[in-house]
Amino acid sequence: MSHSKDRPSYLAHHFSDPAQQSDSAKLGMWIFILTEILLFGGLFVAYSIFRAWNPDMFYNAHKFLDVKMGGINTVVLITSSVTMALSIRSMQLGRKKQTIGFLVATLLFAAVFLVIKYLEYSHKFHLGQLPGKFYTFTGVKGNNPHIFFSIYFVMTGLHGVHVIAGMTVIVMMLVRTMRNRFSSEYYTPLEMTGLYWHLVDLIWIYLFPLLYLIG
Amino acid sequence: MIESTMINRNSHHHIAPLWLYLAIGGALLVLTAVTITVSYIDLGGWNIVVALVIASIKGSLVAMFFMHLYYDKKIYTIVIVMGLLFLSIFISLTMFDTGRRGDIYEIKSEPIKPEADFYKELPPADSLDQTGHSEH
Amino acid sequence: MSSMPEKNYLTEKRGLKSWLLTLDHKRIGVMYLIGISISFALGGIFALLIRLELLNPGRDIVGAQTYNQLFTLHGAVMIFLFIIPGIPAALGNFVLPLMLGAKDVAFPRLNLASWYIYVFGALLAVVSIFTGSVDTGWTFYTPYSTQTSGAVVTMTLAAFILGFSSIFTGLNFIVTIHKLRAPGMTWFKMPLFVWSLYATAIIQVLATPVLGITLVLLILERVLGMGIFDPAMGGDPVLFQHFFWFYSHPAVYIMILPAMGIISELISTFSHKRIFGYRAIAFSSFGIAFISFLVWGHHMFTSGQSELASMIFSFLTFFVAIPSGIKVFNWLATLYKGSISLDTPMLYALSFLFLFAIGGLTGMFLATTATDIHLHDTYFVVAHFHYVMFGGTVIAFLGGLHFWWPKIWGRMYNENWAKISALLVFVGFNVTFISQFIMGIKGMPRRYYTYLDQYHRMHGFSTIGSWIMGLGFFIMVVYLVHSIYKGRPAGSNPWGSLTMEWETTSPPPTENFAGDMKLTHGPYDYDKIVPRTD
Repeated sequence: MSHSKDRPSYLAHHFSDPAQQSDSAKLGMWIFILTEILLFGGLFVAYSIFRAWNPDMFYNAHKFLDVKMGGINTVVLITSSVTMALSIRSMQLGRKKQTIGFLVATLLFAAVFLVIKYLEYSHKFHLGQLPGKFYTFTGVKGNNPHIFFSIYFVMTGLHGVHVIAGMTVIVMMLVRTMRNRFSSEYYTPLEMTGLYWHLVDLIWIYLFPLLYLIG
Repeated sequence: MIESTMINRNSHHHIAPLWLYLAIGGALLVLTAVTITVSYIDLGGWNIVVALVIASIKGSLVAMFFMHLYYDKKIYTIVIVMGLLFLSIFISLTMFDTGRRGDIYEIKSEPIKPEADFYKELPPADSLDQTGHSEH
Repeated sequence: MSSMPEKNYLTEKRGLKSWLLTLDHKRIGVMYLIGISISFALGGIFALLIRLELLNPGRDIVGAQTYNQLFTLHGAVMIFLFIIPGIPAALGNFVLPLMLGAKDVAFPRLNLASWYIYVFGALLAVVSIFTGSVDTGWTFYTPYSTQTSGAVVTMTLAAFILGFSSIFTGLNFIVTIHKLRAPGMTWFKMPLFVWSLYATAIIQVLATPVLGITLVLLILERVLGMGIFDPAMGGDPVLFQHFFWFYSHPAVYIMILPAMGIISELISTFSHKRIFGYRAIAFSSFGIAFISFLVWGHHMFTSGQSELASMIFSFLTFFVAIPSGIKVFNWLATLYKGSISLDTPMLYALSFLFLFAIGGLTGMFLATTATDIHLHDTYFVVAHFHYVMFGGTVIAFLGGLHFWWPKIWGRMYNENWAKISALLVFVGFNVTFISQFIMGIKGMPRRYYTYLDQYHRMHGFSTIGSWIMGLGFFIMVVYLVHSIYKGRPAGSNPWGSLTMEWETTSPPPTENFAGDMKLTHGPYDYDKIVPRTD
């Protein structure tokens, strides 16, 4: 209160300086990432157990996933991660226009990811490879192949929800960047968005080999 | 782990060079190609190990350089390692059950069939169709 | 006699809107306190109805189906709406920044959001009562929960949403403790309540997401018939129990750890003596938090899990006794040769020691696989659970509530009535649940609507005990509410305590302290400083 003169406008009242504020945000974000890891972790546990119980069925069922589409999506998502990282770097250097360009690119890649995911889903719906009791496909050898597709849809579906959430946040960041809310001094929200987006990429890095590439 | 609340007021943000981001991105793409290729080679039980190792290398690259763990305070790495530790506890202790049922007493686990007594005694028996799928 | 400060967080802004949009951790804490109190009253009414129904075998007041819904609601409301948010979100929210000498928690908006999420989840749980209700027990075990016609999806969704509220609180506390300590407050100068909230918050952020995914899978199992928990479709219902208890066992420590933190504060303050074994108590919280993740399978000894898993889980469970024992012995050593004043909060602390010892030791019976086969799903488990959760957590919560009540409202309650009420709650609780231990050993199964004649007398005792407890709580509500308006001004440090929250006025100003805080002495330096009481 006594030193209100040197307090920048983005500094909340209960922090004593910008470093304390941005460190707090970052620690909070990493703890949030931790919760996301455990959220997906539950699905990885279910995956591991059912795969251990039904190794052959998992192998047979995974052949009905399209490696080409999954691979393209992996490339798309990795590229979007690069553009996201670069958008933050641009803001660190104070280049607002570049930041906007990279954010838009990230959004576009994310959209491409979702379109490809949609194509994959609709193909499976068409064949009757649906989760659980809606499963009607007969081409997979082994017991209870619907379990594989249940897990596939829940894992990729939850990941897809995260992609959409990430896109929403990126749009918000885009708007705030355009309104000059960030500078090379203060860009914490942008940085947090980046962390979140890389997490989305990180999860896909594990989902892709576990679902599409069962050897 | 122990941080003081007195924070240096001039902490500079770390700005990584452009080539680093591009190099990491390139490495990730190469590793993706590698993991796809390897999956077509039959290595028996080692396929899954190789796939997970490659995925973990990729994941570490993303975490260390895109997410800046490499430059940042160690506490953030600790947070994430804790998550992985507890996840591995979850998987391994559950597997002690699901992988070892019937070890001592010779009870073989079998799938419960729709014609099992359990299902006959349920009050609305007609709510189960012939495949045993619940209609709810 | 001191007077009330003119300007404080209660009076600075007025009107409902100033409360609903507040970012002040103290106001949010009070709003949480109101929320959990209503939930506790609701859950308590369910409990009284259950006990009334069990007064005689057969039908007394409700039918079997309603009875099943009542015990489910009692469990779900008490666990998810009262006891998990109880100490951290209500008392912790109010006290934590004050104890650290901070102006607020690290993320005030997130804090308010967590309250709204809590209210939304609570309303959804209430909606489920009117849309068919749930009769699965609070554990939602499959396959029954996927087949019953009750409103499982609504209730599960409510629990899922409440999980976010809990995660946000935990996340907020961890960052606050790391980043917002006043200058001079090093890690080992923090009060032990803060340490316990820290350990609790770690469990909250590690375990609650797993509950989230479990409940999502349960909902999908019901809606889509996913099959992963359905044995007829190649799934495994025992897997649901693993998922559920991976959260819900650590969750038991989300409930008890902050309670232990309160007890550390109370025992030191009212013995006017430095806490014995400060570091041992602080680290044992983390010991408990860590071990809590390794023992969930002890809920599943009779579920059909592998014998190997049962042995491992049984073995690991006994380790919980070590850090718990460390705490209890350190508290006893603090009492030894202390100058003990028996104010109401201290009465609760002493009750805690007595009841928690019984609750903890009976847990050993249940951790032993051989005895557990006999005791599983009997009233013995019910009694053990209530000795830990009520005798432990609720008693400590009440102790903390009476301890910080003058800080929250600036006014003191009537000590005589408070002592009478504490006594009634203590006696009523023991009458209710000792009889349940006896019934349980004799084989009375839990959750049954009716019972054989041989259990009639014990059920009678138990029901009478519930009335005594109910009377105690009724008196408590009356004198506490009365004190808000008519109590005498408490002064800033009525108990003579050395932690930082007592250095500001009661009630504190909106910005918590006049000026920036700096630590001048440790939280338990009773051997060096005579605390200022006024």
